[in-house]
Amino acid sequence: MNHAQQVDIELIVNHEKINCRVPVRVNLVDFLRNELGLTGSHVGCEQGVCGACTVEVDGTMVRGCLMLAAQADGSTVNTIEGFAESGRAGHLQQAFATHNALQCGFCTPGMLASALEYLEQGGVADRAAIRQHISGNYCRCTGYQAIVDAIEEVAGQTETTDGQ
Amino acid sequence: MKAPDFNYQRPASLSAALQLLHDNDQDAQLLAGGQSLMPMLHLRIAQPDMLIDLNRIDELATIDAGDAHIEIGSMVRYAQLEASEQIKTCLPLICSALPHIAHSAIRNRGTIGGSAALADPAAEMPALLIASNASINLVSTKASRVVSADDFFTGLYETALQPGEIIKSISIPKPGNNSVFGFYEITRRHGDYAMAGVAISAQQQSPLHKMRVVFFGVAEKPLRAHNCEQALENGTANDSGAIDLAIKSLEQLPLMGDQHTGVDSKRHLAGVALKRALQELH
Amino acid sequence: MANKNAPLHLFDRPNSYIGQSVPRPEAHNLLAGRGQYVDDLQLPRMLHAAFLRSPYAHADILTIDTTAAADSAGVVAVYSGADFADQVTPWVGELTHLTGLRSPPQMPLAIDTATWQGEPVAMVVASSRALAEDACALIDVQYQPREAVCDPVAALLPESPVIHSEYKNNLAWERDVTAGDVEPAFADPANTVVEQVLRFGRHTGVTLEPRSSVVEFNPAEQTLTYHYSGQAPHMMQAVLAKHMQLPEENIRIIARDVGGSFGIKIHTYGDDIATALAARLLARPVKFIADRLESFASDIHARDHHIKARLAVTSDGTIAALQMYDYTGIGPYSMYPRTSAIECNQILNLTGAPYKIENYHANGKVVFQNKNMMCQYRAVGHPVAMAVADSLLEQAAREIKMDVVEIRRRNLIEDNAYPVVSATGMKFADLSHQQALERLVELMQYEKLRKQQSTANENSIRTGIGLVSMVEVTNPSPMFYGIGGAPISAQDGATVRMDAAGALHVSCSITEQGQGTNTIIAQVAAGVFGVDIKRVKVTTGDTATTPYGGGTWASRGAGIGGEAVLLAADALKQQVLEVAAIVLQSNADSLDISQGNVIDKSDSAQRMSLDELGKLVYYRGSELPAEVQPEFVATRHFRVSDFPFVFTNGAMAAQVEVDTDTGIVKVLDFWVVEDCGRVINPKLVDEQIRGGVVQGIGGALFEECLYSDDGQLLNATMADYLVPMAGEMPDIHIAHIETPTSTSTLGAKGAGEAGTGGAPAAILNAINDALAPLGASIHTMPATPERILQALGEVPT
Repeated sequence: MNHAQQVDIELIVNHEKINCRVPVRVNLVDFLRNELGLTGSHVGCEQGVCGACTVEVDGTMVRGCLMLAAQADGSTVNTIEGFAESGRAGHLQQAFATHNALQCGFCTPGMLASALEYLEQGGVADRAAIRQHISGNYCRCTGYQAIVDAIEEVAGQTETTDGQ
Repeated sequence: MKAPDFNYQRPASLSAALQLLHDNDQDAQLLAGGQSLMPMLHLRIAQPDMLIDLNRIDELATIDAGDAHIEIGSMVRYAQLEASEQIKTCLPLICSALPHIAHSAIRNRGTIGGSAALADPAAEMPALLIASNASINLVSTKASRVVSADDFFTGLYETALQPGEIIKSISIPKPGNNSVFGFYEITRRHGDYAMAGVAISAQQQSPLHKMRVVFFGVAEKPLRAHNCEQALENGTANDSGAIDLAIKSLEQLPLMGDQHTGVDSKRHLAGVALKRALQELH
Repeated sequence: MANKNAPLHLFDRPNSYIGQSVPRPEAHNLLAGRGQYVDDLQLPRMLHAAFLRSPYAHADILTIDTTAAADSAGVVAVYSGADFADQVTPWVGELTHLTGLRSPPQMPLAIDTATWQGEPVAMVVASSRALAEDACALIDVQYQPREAVCDPVAALLPESPVIHSEYKNNLAWERDVTAGDVEPAFADPANTVVEQVLRFGRHTGVTLEPRSSVVEFNPAEQTLTYHYSGQAPHMMQAVLAKHMQLPEENIRIIARDVGGSFGIKIHTYGDDIATALAARLLARPVKFIADRLESFASDIHARDHHIKARLAVTSDGTIAALQMYDYTGIGPYSMYPRTSAIECNQILNLTGAPYKIENYHANGKVVFQNKNMMCQYRAVGHPVAMAVADSLLEQAAREIKMDVVEIRRRNLIEDNAYPVVSATGMKFADLSHQQALERLVELMQYEKLRKQQSTANENSIRTGIGLVSMVEVTNPSPMFYGIGGAPISAQDGATVRMDAAGALHVSCSITEQGQGTNTIIAQVAAGVFGVDIKRVKVTTGDTATTPYGGGTWASRGAGIGGEAVLLAADALKQQVLEVAAIVLQSNADSLDISQGNVIDKSDSAQRMSLDELGKLVYYRGSELPAEVQPEFVATRHFRVSDFPFVFTNGAMAAQVEVDTDTGIVKVLDFWVVEDCGRVINPKLVDEQIRGGVVQGIGGALFEECLYSDDGQLLNATMADYLVPMAGEMPDIHIAHIETPTSTSTLGAKGAGEAGTGGAPAAILNAINDALAPLGASIHTMPATPERILQALGEVPT
């Protein structure tokens, strides 16, 4: 069987309007990486378990491997490249660098996406809650501790700011 | 590990979806949240000729509170349930279990109907639906019917869904004021499928009355334990004699092990989960 | 060769970054999603490979029909093993210094017989990975299944089928080590003897970035470029050259960002070689990215040891004798070129290594089996060796009612005793077991914790504390592999050059997989030479542009590569000062470099900037005397020469909570005292140790490749193979003792294996400490809930 059905999709990726024709079986992260060259999102398991492909679709963080690109038609998608360029993850990026919260960097884009979700949903500087929130993102290199330190620091800053 | 090729359809209405399903039933598979189907496609365990994507059918994505029931559209996502004030107020059992289901990014996509239709024996939602005495509202091009959750989950990844049918919604009766609930699952890591878990509801606490005790992660399907319910009925949640009898009754249940946890351990852990869920009944 | 004349001021100079937590310059790149991993490469006309793998653990391949696959959409080529037979020479995983080790020749794809489930049998090259997978499904292979040999102990019984017909049995290698005489100690009724059967499940690396290769071949020049996700570019170059029969200089290996390796990506895999062969045959770039399923089925596994061991202690707790028998299954072949006998060898060498043991006997048998191949993965042998010795030691302490710290105090090799040669012939120097133990006791507040423990137990919860004293093999010398004939360099080189703007460019043969290699190189170079670290640019991971060297493995990067950088930067500095002295009409000995300026040594007065000097030399050479030909570039190499390896040591402790109803172990706290010699960058080394500890906790509690009796891998997904996640991991407290190695000026030893090597023993001991009052114990890793419930008698075995 080789239908090779393709569909035209139109979406906004990192504030840029994209029109593209994709084979229907291509998942979102493969599309972002291979068609758009946004290689910051990584493919670690293709099963939704490792979290390396986590991207934002219409305001929620999702596994890029568990959605078809065709399903993102009409959506607004943000990836690590977008978070970085817009400055939205600036505090987190700085804190990750300061705390050495990454080694090989392969999990980092997905980890940042989950951390961003935690913070933007009002997450506080509570280590157990942070650990729980990022428990769907696998990191083989660090002991997670520096990652928790980094997120905790930014959450603490946000709390202080809110308090003022 | 790339999905095989398939034909993709994205109907905008339930009736269009039903027609597509009717026309292609042998070869078509419904795509709900995709959090289980997508991995199966990647592993090529699932190889449908056609995927019918339900994600653009707005009428399936609503939560409606009636006088006696809450009706949850099959495409309502876990995250939507978590955020819903109605669920928080009316369905404390489901509400307390939601944070245990996988991880945030999965709950952002996974749907209640998808979980029911998949009927993964280790998943929380099927057991929660049985414990909540839910009804599954099914539709096809020809008819609609209602199947109680008790009767819906028929076996390992098997349900009462007939060819051509789609889960339209799930109706959960609003529990009475005296109702109490318990939920406990034993997992090795946060968000994992449970080694053993149990969902409990009762229409009153002391004495316990009209109980529903449903185990998950221990058998080929979510398992309502009638003998266990009887042992506990009319007792209290801390009646150790009744609890011992209830745990003893688990010996009669047709349990099933998995690669990490054999059937004896499952039985033991089911008992532990039951005891702990009863301790936390609220 | 203690470098007593080494200028200590190297580490105290204004630009010294040694000992500082300098952030990694590449961190912001990775944090912006701008890393460059192999799968990110898209080359013109690039094709994609997928492999059909054996569904059987052991089967004869009768026929392979590729007709339908070849006709499938997008397919450019389909290969079976026979198609590559004249394209590559077979490789053999043997080393001459591991006397008696044998392994049959291997080819990229199975020919005639498949010997593990997951062995590549056929290859499809197509215009996309998805189309290649579609075609794989159309390949028709007829198999005749054979009995699978799985259990390494049963595999040596006379009735077992033999996997390789050229051998009479399934033994790959055997080693016996004897020191003193163990028998009298075990026979002495005054001694307490403890005995255990310990089992260590198979683990695998689960690098988040899977094995990845993109290979380009230029037929006109006969050159091959291999974009490599791995640790040892020059080794890979030598392996490809030898077996593809290309001149070594025609092969270029490039490793950009590597998404974790841990020893997984340092071996010769048939699918990677097949990718290179296809690229040559097709003269087009070919990409192969292992998916997670094939990662589990074909990335090397590790551990898989069945050990029977006993320990005798005298009534005062002195170790009188230690004996162990190790059976280890390595899959159907010995991996190439490092071999699969090293882990067993390490276990025989390292068990009991922190302690004074005169009477020692160990026997190891390395056995072929029909499972995926086993080879060196992070902390090779260490977790097994440490768990065997330290679990027996703590058990013995309990039996003679002695505190587990006290029994260590009585047996650890004294800090002032070095150099020491162990019972197994290991040469130890510059270790600090006693200091490490005492520092650990203080760090964890051991006495207080013990007091709390007696009151902490309620309901089903039992707490336990476990310790480990450990050694770690780092900075290997050529005695490790090179001596046995492997194309593996144990020396590393660094080239440091100064440009016209006075900035430094360092290229070094060690490699970066996220540890911070490049940062450490920059720290050393900047400090030794005398510039701001921002003015140091580092290149690693490219055989075309770096000096020859071993790469990064066995915790050798900072210790060996770092020393090469130190020597090269110092040599360049002398060259620069000599030229500066001519320009300044001064004496090189009276000058120094600091903050990017040439200064007077005596009063630090600035004489000229390196920028000025660079421009003068490169642009206005006519101003220099004719006989002066400046060379602002220096290369130095370094190897460890007096020792086979540089050992480090550490002490660790875990506090756990065992839920005796569920069998679930929660790690409450974890402490590490590590002596990795001179600490170059505390933040990097600390998180390296923490990552190691977490990997060790994974091995102790979660990770195991489960096989059916007929050799089917049952849990080849990340949903079923449980890795440690953030939710279950504790915060890990770290303290350092710095005993620099006297084998180098830098004094750095390795730290990469420590956590993974030590944590499992500490966790196991803590669990058994918790279970001991209940009369239960466990000696199988991972200590799963089910195994703990079985140990407690809650469920039948």
